[in-house]
Amino acid sequence: MIMNDIHSDETAIEVRDLTVAYGQQPVLWDVDVSVPKGVLLAVLGPNGAGKTTFIKSILDLVPVAGGSIRIHGRPYRRNRSRVAYVPQRGSVDWDFPTHVLDVVEMGTYGRLGWFRRPGAAEREQALKALAQVEMTSYAHRQISQLSGGQQQRVFLARALVQDAEVYLMDEPFQGVDATTERTIVELLKRLRERGKTVVVVHHDLQTVQEYFDHVLLLNGRRIAAGPVAEVFTEENLRATYGGRVAFLSSLLTQRAP
Amino acid sequence: MMDAISTLFSDYTVRTVALGATLLGITAGALGCFAMLRRQSLLGDAISHAALPGIAIAFLITGSKSPLVLVLGAGLAGWFGTFLITGLTRRTRITHDTALAMLLSVFFGFGLMLLTFIQRRPDANQAGLDSFLFGQAAALMQRDIQVMFGIGCVVLLLMTLFWKEFKLISFDAEAAHTLGLPVRALDHLLTALFVSAIVIGLQTVGVVLMSAMIIAPAAAARQWTDRLWVMMGLAAFFGAVSGVGGVLSSGLVPHLPTGPVIVLFISAIVVFSLLFAPNRGLAFRMMRQWRSGQQFRVDAVLVDMYTLASQHETVDHPHSEQVLNAMSGNARRTLHLLETLGLAQRIDDEHWGLTESGTERARGLVEKRWGEGP
Amino acid sequence: MSASLEIQLIAVLVAVACALPGVFLILRGMAMMSDAISHAILPGIVIAFLITGNLSSGWLILGAGLSGVLTVALVEVLRTTGLLKEDAAIGIVFPALFSFGVVLIAVFADDVHLDTDAVLLGELAFAPFDRHVILGREVPRAAVVMAIILVINAAFITLFYKELKMSTFDAALASSFGFAPSVLHYGLMALVSTTAVGAFDAVGSILVVALMVAPPAAAYLLTRRLSSMLVWSALIGCLVAVGGYWMARLLDASIAGSMATMAGILFVIVLAFAPSRSSGSRRGRA
Repeated sequence: MIMNDIHSDETAIEVRDLTVAYGQQPVLWDVDVSVPKGVLLAVLGPNGAGKTTFIKSILDLVPVAGGSIRIHGRPYRRNRSRVAYVPQRGSVDWDFPTHVLDVVEMGTYGRLGWFRRPGAAEREQALKALAQVEMTSYAHRQISQLSGGQQQRVFLARALVQDAEVYLMDEPFQGVDATTERTIVELLKRLRERGKTVVVVHHDLQTVQEYFDHVLLLNGRRIAAGPVAEVFTEENLRATYGGRVAFLSSLLTQRAP
Repeated sequence: MMDAISTLFSDYTVRTVALGATLLGITAGALGCFAMLRRQSLLGDAISHAALPGIAIAFLITGSKSPLVLVLGAGLAGWFGTFLITGLTRRTRITHDTALAMLLSVFFGFGLMLLTFIQRRPDANQAGLDSFLFGQAAALMQRDIQVMFGIGCVVLLLMTLFWKEFKLISFDAEAAHTLGLPVRALDHLLTALFVSAIVIGLQTVGVVLMSAMIIAPAAAARQWTDRLWVMMGLAAFFGAVSGVGGVLSSGLVPHLPTGPVIVLFISAIVVFSLLFAPNRGLAFRMMRQWRSGQQFRVDAVLVDMYTLASQHETVDHPHSEQVLNAMSGNARRTLHLLETLGLAQRIDDEHWGLTESGTERARGLVEKRWGEGP
Repeated sequence: MSASLEIQLIAVLVAVACALPGVFLILRGMAMMSDAISHAILPGIVIAFLITGNLSSGWLILGAGLSGVLTVALVEVLRTTGLLKEDAAIGIVFPALFSFGVVLIAVFADDVHLDTDAVLLGELAFAPFDRHVILGREVPRAAVVMAIILVINAAFITLFYKELKMSTFDAALASSFGFAPSVLHYGLMALVSTTAVGAFDAVGSILVVALMVAPPAAAYLLTRRLSSMLVWSALIGCLVAVGGYWMARLLDASIAGSMATMAGILFVIVLAFAPSRSSGSRRGRA
């Protein structure tokens, strides 16, 4: 089901019949999604629904049992430079001996290729990215000294430095302070204004309508996908979360202005 | 003692052994940094033990005890072992530590079988092979050193060439993958370098102790710096120092085996680093906690005095020590400290009052806490 | 009983005595502690020997037990400083302790038959020659020692079965029920230490590791129930013992080495034929 969207004539991510299994257990099956270019999309679903798996399968980080994924019309492997990834904070050892600027510079390693060291140009790009997440003064801070929100922003900066077309983020708002959350949302909206596509695994149903314009509801299968106004309905949420969402009606009555 | 040391150094054998120990210290120390950061400390232990059958087989096939051949055999066996580990953990329920322990013991046991088999042969005497087991630094010869040096150089060179890639896959392998790096290939390469660093050290310290030579220098170095390349340099330095120190000490005292003494040296360096390294060191940590505890107490007493005094006309109205004790515990020491700082003054035997600067400071604290004066 | 039979008996006793605590070691993800402890008990043994002046004293076992517990305690202390990760702590502590033990031997006990080779390798073939008189009959000392250790291990596990089970799977829950998981932890490690010292006179520390890890690992692939896993580990351990012995006889090789190799062979056989091998059933990922 291709979604009609007056803002774009190009599909950023095209997923067909995606099936992912760990061992014998299927985690995602038969998922079809078309993500148009230039949207801010939230991936929602209960724990274990396969949200992270969805993101990771786009990034070729988990083996795919069946189906196909295309980024701007081409397979991921040939379009890698157009996709940037912001993982969950817990995926990394923050005690690693390195500092903020260094981590952000790591985002340039793909472009640099073999044997070349990051130089002044890369440092410049990294500093610019840090400025965008308002972390410039932390450039030489050891990463173990960062708060959760600061760590998240560093990861974001690392993604920004890649200057990609598509950004995939896994729970960027998880456990961050209010200021960081605002900064991140602003940043995402700016990305959208520049025509970038941002896909975010999100956990907080309260903020969906305010932050995002598209949603994908997952629970092993695709439940629904499309613009927030159309898809973020009681019926769909019930189907996704299994009727455990008692406050649904109050959620839905607070429509975003 | 300096005499004894210089006599030692003039001995060709000692110089050779010390050189070998230094090479071991440098390569194991450097590679060990990546191993430690990737939580592969015990992998080093497993690889060391798994190398034994490789040595035996290399000898059986080639009939040669040349260090290059034996090291190659050890390396191949160790490398093969790492593939078994990944295969086992990826495809079965078996956990990583169980796989390591199995590789270690089964391969080593198999190596023992081969060694006894070699022993029975008329032509062989397995003395040379034994030295890999327990380390016989004293038996290190010129050609051993040459092999160690050659391989060590290659290892360090490759590590420098692929420095940023190795750093990235150690820190965040997924990000490396998404940036297009061939993570698996890099992983194999780093593991191969790791195995190489291990096998060139086996002759010096032996199978059991090798894991310490990999990890301890890195662990010590980590306490002193937050920058990876500095850490690596320091680790290499610590490794080298322990190597030389161990050789010299065991030379000075008869019957003292070199390998264990080297390990004791590096262990001492680790303990010292854990305690006294600035920032991370435990001694500094305790001092910081004590200081901040002290700061807390100082502030508490100041505020108490101010609060009490503000119930009278003059702010420097004195209060008895007992009252202050009642309010915030044992205040005497803190009061003395306040006096030294010029923030309080002793009125008479039992009474204390705030000074001007003390009052000002207390007022500042109170305003910060409650937004305005009481 | 012929020497051959006695050796096999001792081997079986060792195998079963090792398999029992080994099950819990691998379930707790602590398999490498068997390696660490079996080396780190050396200083305890040496010190006990230096104090008592007697090689075959039961004090050696006590010394070993304390040394093993010390190892675990040191690792724990290092880990809680937050300056070292657990695997790094293990990889530093046991070589340091082992080195300390070797140096002690070299300095104070150089002339005595407390051979570092034996620590690693042992030699089961000599066991029948070291005999005790028990109940009027002459039996190999190793058999007596191992039998006692086996009984102790079995008793501990039986007595604390449900506590061990719970604290293995959910230490937090166990703690909230008042079963002090750390006491159980140290108790288990003390068992591992005494088993190691009892065994390595005969078989050396490497075989101790093989016997504590491989049969339980094979059992792990065969069953999902703790009780069955214990039984299977013991059974496979017996097979390893007997099979290893005969392989050593056949090839005229070191018994300990053959047993360790046989442990690997049996594991591979189980791996090839076991029902559920896939890792998908291990951890769920979302």
